[in-house]
Amino acid sequence: MLRRIVSDYGMILVLLALCVLFSVLTLKEQMPEGAVAVRELVARVERDHAKTDVVLVVGAAKTASATLAENVGRRLKKSNFTDMHVVVGEPRDLRKVLDGITSKEKTIAAIVTAGDAVKWRVIEQIPERYPNSADFELITPRARLWPDFLKRTNLLAIVDRIVVIAVIAIGMTMVIIAAGIDLSVGSLIALSAVIGTLVMKRLGGLEAPPWAVLAGFLAGIVSCGIVGAVGGLIVARFKVAPFITTLGVMMMARGLSFMLTGGFSIYQVPKTLTWLGQGSSLGIPNTVILLVVLYAAAHVFMSRTRMGRYIYAVGGNEEAARLSGVPVGLVVVFVYAVSALAAGLGGCIQASQLNTGTPSMGVMYELYVIAAVVVGGTSLSGGSGRILGTLIGAFIISVIQNGMNLLGMESYTQQVVLGGVILGAVLLDKVRGGRRLSAFFQQQAND
Amino acid sequence: MITSRADSTIPLLDMRHISKSFPGVRALDDVSLQLNRGEILALVGENGAGKSTLIKVLGGAHAPDGGEICLEGQPVRFSTPTAAQRAGVSVIYQEFNLIPDLTVRENIFLGRERTRWGLIRAAGEEREVRQLFQRIGLKIHPETRCRDLTVAQQQKVEIAKALSLHARIVVMDEPTAALATKEVEQLFAVIRDLKIHGVGIIYISHRLEEVFEVADRVMVLRDGKCVGSDEIGKVTRKKLIETMVGRSIDSEFPKHAASPGPERLRVEGLRRGDAVRDVSFSARSGEILGMAGLAGAGRTETMRLVFGADRPDAGQILVDGRPVRIRCPRDAIRHGICLLTEDRKGQGLILMHSVRENFGLPNLDRFIRGLFIDEQLERSELAEYTEGLKIKIAGQDQPAANLSGGNQQKVVLAKWLVRHADVIVFDEPTRGIDVGAKYEIYLLMNRLVEEGKAVIMISSELPEILGMSDRILVMHEGRIKGEIADVAGTTQEDILEMAIA
Repeated sequence: MLRRIVSDYGMILVLLALCVLFSVLTLKEQMPEGAVAVRELVARVERDHAKTDVVLVVGAAKTASATLAENVGRRLKKSNFTDMHVVVGEPRDLRKVLDGITSKEKTIAAIVTAGDAVKWRVIEQIPERYPNSADFELITPRARLWPDFLKRTNLLAIVDRIVVIAVIAIGMTMVIIAAGIDLSVGSLIALSAVIGTLVMKRLGGLEAPPWAVLAGFLAGIVSCGIVGAVGGLIVARFKVAPFITTLGVMMMARGLSFMLTGGFSIYQVPKTLTWLGQGSSLGIPNTVILLVVLYAAAHVFMSRTRMGRYIYAVGGNEEAARLSGVPVGLVVVFVYAVSALAAGLGGCIQASQLNTGTPSMGVMYELYVIAAVVVGGTSLSGGSGRILGTLIGAFIISVIQNGMNLLGMESYTQQVVLGGVILGAVLLDKVRGGRRLSAFFQQQAND
Repeated sequence: MITSRADSTIPLLDMRHISKSFPGVRALDDVSLQLNRGEILALVGENGAGKSTLIKVLGGAHAPDGGEICLEGQPVRFSTPTAAQRAGVSVIYQEFNLIPDLTVRENIFLGRERTRWGLIRAAGEEREVRQLFQRIGLKIHPETRCRDLTVAQQQKVEIAKALSLHARIVVMDEPTAALATKEVEQLFAVIRDLKIHGVGIIYISHRLEEVFEVADRVMVLRDGKCVGSDEIGKVTRKKLIETMVGRSIDSEFPKHAASPGPERLRVEGLRRGDAVRDVSFSARSGEILGMAGLAGAGRTETMRLVFGADRPDAGQILVDGRPVRIRCPRDAIRHGICLLTEDRKGQGLILMHSVRENFGLPNLDRFIRGLFIDEQLERSELAEYTEGLKIKIAGQDQPAANLSGGNQQKVVLAKWLVRHADVIVFDEPTRGIDVGAKYEIYLLMNRLVEEGKAVIMISSELPEILGMSDRILVMHEGRIKGEIADVAGTTQEDILEMAIA
C-alpha cells in the first residue's frame, strides 16, 4: 500500500524531504502557547501557590498569549483561586491593574504569562515600582525546541498561500491530461473577482446582505465558465491550438477586468465576503475544507467516472479515442469549461482573502498553476497524470516559498531557487520514471 | 591487408555465436549468421523470435553479451548506430528515420552535410542525390519535403541514404508492409540492383511469398535460436511455416463453410470526393465479405464512411433494413458496427494506457453503475475475453504498447466483441502479425461468422482474401469493380485483373 502510494506519487517524497529540511533549518527555542502550555502553567501555579494568593494572568492583545491567558484564567477560577486576575491587552492595561492591586496594600505572588508579554517592561519594573511585590514569581512555559516551520500558524499560512493556485490546478490538470493547455486562468481570477465584487457593490456594497456575496461569487464563476466553454469550443470545433486560443482569452479577460472597473479596486463589499478565504468552520479554516472536498471529488471524478476516462483517452490518442466512440469535442469543451470554472472559484477565494476585487489580480498565476501540475507528475504531452499529484505539486511550490521566507531569503533569490527546484523536481521524476519502466520490463520478461 | 575484397571465400558478414539477454529473457541464444556479397538473406520467424534484436545488434543499437561480428573477416564492434553506418551497415527500420519537415536532400545528408567554410553546399548535395535517385529509379525532386512523400518513396529515400553511405550491408525490416503490389515490384527491382553491385541484403518479412520471390537463402529464428537455414530452392512454403511455428499445420486458412443469413448492412450510393465514388454493397450475417483491391482503391475510405470516421458527401446506410444516420463513430457503434483499423498503434489503441482501459473505452456505458465505473465488472469481463481469445498479457494494467502485434489486435477485437456488435469490419487484420497469431485471428473470424455476425475483411493479401472470404468485392479507383460469389473457382490473377483494369 505504502509502496504503491510512493510509486504513484513519487513527488510526495520530495515534499516530505522539503518539510524535513525546513523543519531542521528553522528549529529554535520556542515558548509553547498551546494547550500543553496551559496545562503546565496551571499545574505550576497550583503546586507553588495558595488559593488566596494574588495571581495575575497576562496576555498580549490579539496574540496567541491572549488565548492562553484566558484559558489559564478559566482553569484557575475552576480550581478556586479567589484573588486571580486575567489581564489581556496592552502593557498599560497591566499597569492599571497593578496600580489597583498595590493600592489595596496587597502583594503580588505570581504573574503567569507567555509569548510577547514576557518581555513587557512593566513586568521588569515591578521590583522598583512596587517594592512590596518584589518577590513575585514569574511563571512562564518552559521553552522547548520546535521549528518555526511546523507552527500551526505557519502551516495555515502555507495553505493560505497556495489555495488559489491549488484550486485552479485541478482544472489545469484535466486540461493538460487531455493534451491541452490553458493560459487564461490568471486573467480569469481577476475577471471573476471583479465581476463578483461589482455585483456585491450593486447589491448594497458595505451594507449588502450575506446572500449578495453568494450572488457575486456565482456571477463571477459562471461568467468564467462561459468564457472557458467558448474557448473550448474554438479549440474543439476549429482546431485552433489551445496555446493560441487561451492566450487570446487571457488578454481579453485581463483587459475586460480593467474596463469593468476603470482600473480601480472594488472595496464596497460586505464584511461577509471574508468568510470563505479567512473564516473557519469547526475550528478548521474554510480554505482547508474547500481544498480537501474539491480534491477528493476531482480524484474520484478522474479515476471512477466515464468523463474522467474519456479525458485520459483524448489526451492519450485523440484519433483512437474518437474511433472508440468517445465524444472528443464534448470532452475538450468540458475540460476548458472546468478549468475556467476553477479559475473563477480561485478568483472568489482571492477576493475573499484580500477583501476586494482588483483587475490586476492573478498575474503570472497561470505559470505557477502549470508548474504545480507538472511538478505533480502530469505529462505536458497528455494522457497521463494524477489529480492528487497536482496537490502535492502545489504544496511543494508553496512549502519552498514559505521556507525561504522563514529563512529570510531575498525575494529575487527566492525566484531563482523556486525555478531551479521546479526543474529539479521534474528531472528527478523523469529519472525515476525511466527506472520504473526498466523494472516493468524486467517483470514482463519474468512472466 | 591480409584479406582483400576479392577474396570470395571470406563472407561479407559473419556473426558468430551471438547471445543477448534482457533482464529475465534470452532474446538471442548462440545465433550465427553469414552473409555473402550479393546475397539476399531472408530472416523469418514469429514476433518475438529475436529478429529485431539480431539486427539491432548488427546495427549497433544493442551490444551483444557474447559472440563476435566480423566484416570481411575483420572483427568489429559497433557501439552506436553511427559507427555501424560508417562501417557500411545500414538498417532501414519499419518506422523510417526521416524528419518530415526536412527535404529529401537534407534528410539524406543529415549529420554529414557537405560544407565549405561552414556553409552547406546545397547544389553539390543535390547533384549527388540526383545520381542516387537515378540509380534506384526514384523520380522526385531532391527538395521535396519528406512529409509529402508516399511510404514507398520514403523507403526509397532511405535506400538512397544507405547507398550514399556506401553501405555494404543493407538490412530491411518489413519493407513491404505498407506498399502496394506495384511498389513492391519496384522495390524488388532496386534490391536486385543492389545485389548485382555486391551489396549483401538481409530481408525481414512476414510475407512468405515475397521471401520466395526475392531471397537466395532463408534463415528461421524461433525463441532466440536459429532453427533452420537453407537455400530458398530447397524449402517449401509449408515446411517454412512449420519451422517458424515449431509444429505441423494442416492449412494456412482454416475456412469453414458459411451459411449466410439475412442482410445486416446495406450501403447505397456512398460518395466522398474522388476516394469513394458511388459505392453500393451489402453484407449478410454469417459470411465473410472480402474487399480486395490495390492500396488507395478506396476500400479503407469506404469503410471509414460506414463507420462514421469521415463524413460522406452522399449515400445511405441501412442496418437490418432500416436507414440509419451515422455522423460519428459513436453513432456507428450504437448501431452495432465496429471497425478494427489497419493502423492499430495509431488508431486502434491508446498505447500508453493499460489493456483494461483500452478494453473499457468504448464500453463504459456497459460498466457504469450509477455515476461510477464498476472496475470489478470491467476486470471480470476482460478476464473472460483474455481467456477466450488467448490474449497473452502480464496483467490487465499492462500498457498496450508492450503487447505483440497479434495480441494488440486481439485486444482491439475484445473491446468490440464485448458489445456484441453485429457488423465487424477488419482492415488488414493480419498486417504485421506473425504466422501463429494470424491463424488464431482466422479461427476467431470463423467463430464470429458462426455466431451470425457479418464480417467485412479488407485485405491486400490475395491468398488471405481467397482463403477466408465467402464473397469478394474488388475495388478500383473508388468504385466497386466487381463481385465474386464463386470464391473457390477464382485465382489471384482473376482478382488482380479486376483490380488493375
